[in-house]
Amino acid sequence: MKPARYLACVVVVAVCAVSLSANWLAPAGSAKQFREVPDSPPSRTHLLGTDELGRDRFARVLYGTRISLLLAPAAAMVSTALAALIGGLAGYLGGIWLKLARAFTDLFLSLPWLFLLITVRALMPLNVSPLVSVLITFLILGLLGWAASARVLSTSAHALRNSDFVLQARASGLAGPRLFFIHVLPNLKPVLYAQFWISIPVFILSEANLGILGLGVAEPLPSWGSLLRELEGLLSFREEPWRLVPLFLLILVMTSFQLLLSNEEVTA
Amino acid sequence: MIGRPASTRRLQFSFRAQQGICFLLLLCFGFSVAALAQSGGQLRFCLRTEPKTLDPLLVDDEASLSIRYLTGGVLLRANRHTQDLEPELAESWRVSPDGKKITFKLRHDLHFSDGTPFSADDVAFTIKRLTDPALHSPVGDEFRAAGNAVTAQVIAPDQVSVTFPGPIVGIDRIFDELVLVSAHSTRKEAAVLGPFMIAEYKAGSSVLLERNPYYWKKDPQGRRLPYLDSIHIDIQPNRDVEMLRFKRGELDLINVLDTDYFDRLASSAPQLVHDAGPSLDSDFLWFNQVVTAPIPDYKRGWFRSTNFRRAVSEALNRGDLARIVYNGHAQPAVGPVSPSNKFWFNSNLKPEPYNPQAALDRLKADGFHLQNGVLLDSGGHPVEFSIVTNAGSKPRERMAVLIQEDLGKVGIKVNLVTLDFPSLIERISQKFNYEAAILGFRNVDIDPNGQMNIWMSSAENHAWNPQQKSPETVWEAEIDKLMRAQAETSDAKKRKQSFDRVQQIVFDEAPFIYLVNLNSLSAVSTSVAGANPVILHPQTFWNAERLILTGTATAKR
Repeated sequence: MKPARYLACVVVVAVCAVSLSANWLAPAGSAKQFREVPDSPPSRTHLLGTDELGRDRFARVLYGTRISLLLAPAAAMVSTALAALIGGLAGYLGGIWLKLARAFTDLFLSLPWLFLLITVRALMPLNVSPLVSVLITFLILGLLGWAASARVLSTSAHALRNSDFVLQARASGLAGPRLFFIHVLPNLKPVLYAQFWISIPVFILSEANLGILGLGVAEPLPSWGSLLRELEGLLSFREEPWRLVPLFLLILVMTSFQLLLSNEEVTA
Repeated sequence: MIGRPASTRRLQFSFRAQQGICFLLLLCFGFSVAALAQSGGQLRFCLRTEPKTLDPLLVDDEASLSIRYLTGGVLLRANRHTQDLEPELAESWRVSPDGKKITFKLRHDLHFSDGTPFSADDVAFTIKRLTDPALHSPVGDEFRAAGNAVTAQVIAPDQVSVTFPGPIVGIDRIFDELVLVSAHSTRKEAAVLGPFMIAEYKAGSSVLLERNPYYWKKDPQGRRLPYLDSIHIDIQPNRDVEMLRFKRGELDLINVLDTDYFDRLASSAPQLVHDAGPSLDSDFLWFNQVVTAPIPDYKRGWFRSTNFRRAVSEALNRGDLARIVYNGHAQPAVGPVSPSNKFWFNSNLKPEPYNPQAALDRLKADGFHLQNGVLLDSGGHPVEFSIVTNAGSKPRERMAVLIQEDLGKVGIKVNLVTLDFPSLIERISQKFNYEAAILGFRNVDIDPNGQMNIWMSSAENHAWNPQQKSPETVWEAEIDKLMRAQAETSDAKKRKQSFDRVQQIVFDEAPFIYLVNLNSLSAVSTSVAGANPVILHPQTFWNAERLILTGTATAKR
């Protein structure tokens, strides 16, 4: 393992571990409002100060990281599974199926995803708990974010379909789902992994974008998106540098995710 | 005769010389101040949106309203500072006892900005054009409130009367919005009677207004107004950019400032910011009471209960909303009229005090009870509802989070949802698929007649239960009756009595739970003399004709 990948791995694991221990590190929780000290600078009681509503910013960063880092991979898994099903199967079947799948994928890719997300979000039921709203947000991201991966997977599956070892397997009498699951799918694994890892930062950023628009994870739960929203109107970095912590964390984790990918996965 | 020593004479000479120099300097300074006042310079500020129209009769948005205010001439003007009506192009006016007719005596020797003379013909022409249904003028709607047959009769070149088919409440006040256009000028609506005229308009970029050379007003020294040569208005939706440009001295004022920006600016340059006190704007929470709304019956029962609504109102800490969300630049709200609306505010009303225990007592009267910190209704349903508000409005989102915690203290669980504005409007006004909402009104009219479209039970903006065929509750029927009563008389005292009662009913029944009245915040550069920000639009440049730019600002550009 290259040192950079090793370091990235350590960063991701460390950030995950710290965020998972939020209950111990910030027992007051992310929603508790200390109304007497809103927007206060860092202190011994509030390591990163408090936000505009008096909530402990350190706690919110930890809990927000936990939400974004747990649910973005879940959404990535949903989208990769869909991509494998649609793109992989279409590539394997070839012919009209491949053409149809590609046309459908292209259509999906051409949709303005942000407006699509906003529209789908608006159609969701209103009276749901914040936790359910988080799940809904990331599920929507997962269900809508499969198209780019599907395109890559269909091309790879189509190449595998015409490869020598698949032809040999076919000549040996193997066909249908058996051939797909025994020979094609295992050989798609590097591409699937790559798509999975690439999707995670994309979904984190998508949620952050929705959060910045006020349409992400519902209050009072924090997420990186809602934390980044605090930077709105910050005219000078020197004014309150501690407010930049979520931004630095996002950059750090995104960079680490990119470094985690091997060269093969990047080229895949 | 004993002569004075030479040294003393020199000293005296020197003293006199100094006196002379000082006098000359003072004289020069005096001249320069006068010259500055007369030389004008260019005032610069930003509008946040593009004006939708430059036709004064079609104005319906704030940006167009600003341009219209600076360029248009009106017969009567509501003084933004005193809130009183003052004569402008009309020297005097008289309203008939039945409230159907208003007669104006016009000033003499007035001209439009292109030199065309102004006369009663122009008033008649404007009224005719304004009330033409084909024009779809939003201002015209107010004139047609009693029917389409609005006529203007020219009595003499300096006298004109306008007759309405029925009595119009505040008949004189609606003329504050009627900008007169020329009947004879070839430049049509580009010929104006206001202090400035449009010299250049770059769509999406800027509007340049120049001094109207024919403007009629003069200052007490007889100098023709306005003092400014021109006004350069940039169209700039980004508030950060607006603030940066103001700080760099590229802009002279910011008409409406958010609390965050206000405080930031106040910390570095307190002399630049102005808090004019509570504005007419208010934010409020309301519950969906529509009978056909797709919500469970037991929830509709809560929302239609006065006790439930009042209990929610009592459980809200409005002081915290004003202090935390608006950094103290807001006041706990009482009702539909802001305390700054000097005449119409019902001063007997006080903001609902924060009292969670009183809220619980009131809820108990309706069969609600607490169980393990959760409020249950008489049927055992946990009290839980969602509040929607528009995404992107940070103050409302923040208020919703504080409300969520306040109501949590009386066992009510609140789920917050932010929606893009079109989706929100569709839900609250067409599908009625929501439980509670937080929004606000941006009032521009101090007269309650402008709120008819909210308080009448048949109105579209009767948000909690709109477009009722007949009032569904006794108190809504009473509000309908009172609103009609105030609209049918021109007796200000009777109107005030009626609307005071409306405010009392709204307070008692809490169909809208008023949260805060936002303060009117603005910023004005020290290089602008004569600015006196007020709560009414246009807050900082309502007296633009009397604003003076000092030398520093002019020199910088």
